[in-house]
Amino acid sequence: MNEDILKPFLERARWQPMEVAFWLFVIAAFFLFPDYRVLGAQVLVIGTFALSLDLLLGYAGIVTLGQAAFFGTGAFVAGWLGKYGWHEPLSGLLISGLVAAAAGAVSAQLIVRGNDLSRLMVTLGLGLVLYEAANKATALTGGIDGLQGIEFAPLFGVFAFDMYGNVAYVYAAVIAFVLLWITRRLVNSPYGMTLQATRMNAKRAVAVGINDRRTLAIAYTFAALVAGMSGALLTQLTQFLTIDALSFGRSADILIIAALGGAGYLYGGFIGAAVFVIGRDMLSGISPAYWHFWLGLILVLTIFFARGGIVGSGVKLWRRIAGMRSARP
Amino acid sequence: MMETRHLHKKFGGFIATNDLSFKLEPGARHALIGPNGAGKTTLINLLTGLLLPTSGEILLDGVPLNGLSPEKRVNLGLVRTFQINTLFLDMTPLEAVSLVIMTREGSTRSLFGSLRSQAPAAREALRLLEQMGLAEHANRPTRQLPYGRQRLLEIALALARKPKVLLLDEPAAGVPAADSRQVFRVLDDLPKDVSILLIEHDMSLVFRFAARISVLVGGALVASGTPDDIADNPRVREVYLGQTRLKRETAA
Repeated sequence: MNEDILKPFLERARWQPMEVAFWLFVIAAFFLFPDYRVLGAQVLVIGTFALSLDLLLGYAGIVTLGQAAFFGTGAFVAGWLGKYGWHEPLSGLLISGLVAAAAGAVSAQLIVRGNDLSRLMVTLGLGLVLYEAANKATALTGGIDGLQGIEFAPLFGVFAFDMYGNVAYVYAAVIAFVLLWITRRLVNSPYGMTLQATRMNAKRAVAVGINDRRTLAIAYTFAALVAGMSGALLTQLTQFLTIDALSFGRSADILIIAALGGAGYLYGGFIGAAVFVIGRDMLSGISPAYWHFWLGLILVLTIFFARGGIVGSGVKLWRRIAGMRSARP
Repeated sequence: MMETRHLHKKFGGFIATNDLSFKLEPGARHALIGPNGAGKTTLINLLTGLLLPTSGEILLDGVPLNGLSPEKRVNLGLVRTFQINTLFLDMTPLEAVSLVIMTREGSTRSLFGSLRSQAPAAREALRLLEQMGLAEHANRPTRQLPYGRQRLLEIALALARKPKVLLLDEPAAGVPAADSRQVFRVLDDLPKDVSILLIEHDMSLVFRFAARISVLVGGALVASGTPDDIADNPRVREVYLGQTRLKRETAA
């Protein structure tokens, strides 16, 4: 048997040159743009949050309007830990993620049944319920005024968070890389194949023996873990948070970011987050009121003229060029 | 091997399956025929667990399947194909067949494992694709395959489960005559211990393939026997064969 035929399957998860280039750029950006490290850290946090949505949108095929529920859960758990005496950031991050994952595992049972529309409604509904509950529980959450008095110890007891974002950027970059690496393993594992099969054709997936609900529930839970950790990361970097972290606007924004960047490539969320955060920063300097106008316009244009988002279009273009080159004698 | 006992299915006042009792012997080559609306699809959905019977039992190797989810029935060895291609269009045949083998072996429980360690599954997948004449397409996205090849992949996905009982729902539907011969050559080469229930409209294929034929009309079995018995059965000629012959003559 010609073992070479098996390679495309066995080496599906091989690191691509563009991926390596992406992470080299993340490192280089620290030195190239020293004045923008705070903004850069924000891009990495939002990009990690968008990664959790990409797992649902691009791999599980679940459209959700309530991912901020898990982002906010992680953010608040981290906030409470920092406020009430657990100041160590890394363990705080892990605890926050696990609490969000537990919330994800419970709500997954409502999500995996039903169709696209019912999922949209259930995720939207749960998000609204959690937001209003947090809004009422002012003593716990600080309501719209925010949770005050959050403090964190220096990383490894050495690196204190500074106002220039030096530690924040490196911390966010390392966490983003680790979470992407784990998510990457998940979607490229034997389990990940069943997840993609379920998205492509749930009827056939069941007919070859895949438990579609269990498969989707695992992805939903893991996405909640990643969302929760990105929320916790934001709390730790800003040492402040409001119930805005749980808001519908947050869920909608992250859906836009994932779609804009391109779902199903793992990196679309980071690219989308960069466009979103940097675009907002630039445009709101000129005319803040029009930020959502421009965002909406870009989104509509992307859906019509660049299906697959920024990364998807780039990959398609690259394949076309590579195809032309290999077709040549 | 597989058996139904007094199977009933009602949708409101409509009886789709009416007191259906039949046996599929080990190694059976059994065809199920019947006019449109006879309840063939309902029967498949009952057997595979997509529908629950109003009353009656389905047994696989003497084990009742009532209440078992569709995927558990697959794990027990009851596997189907679809009349309309139901494939993973963005996967390659190699990926799709390997995936089914990994599912069969339980290795898809591995959440973070590498596909590199799945070489045995991939090798088995390629062997199956070679038997089906699909090896040259192993690494092409399924959606780019010609229709006849997709039809063969439809069967390959089911075979990768190593079924005990295989339900083939019009495997040659829409396939040009030259390719349908290949479909049936593949079916002829299946392991003899696999029990096959073939649902098919094309009479020439049914009489070529099946050792036994059952005729379903209005949700009930009206006849069951060897191809010769069925061809001579006046009732069957009246409700089914006569019609097809009539249809063919008018079409010609």
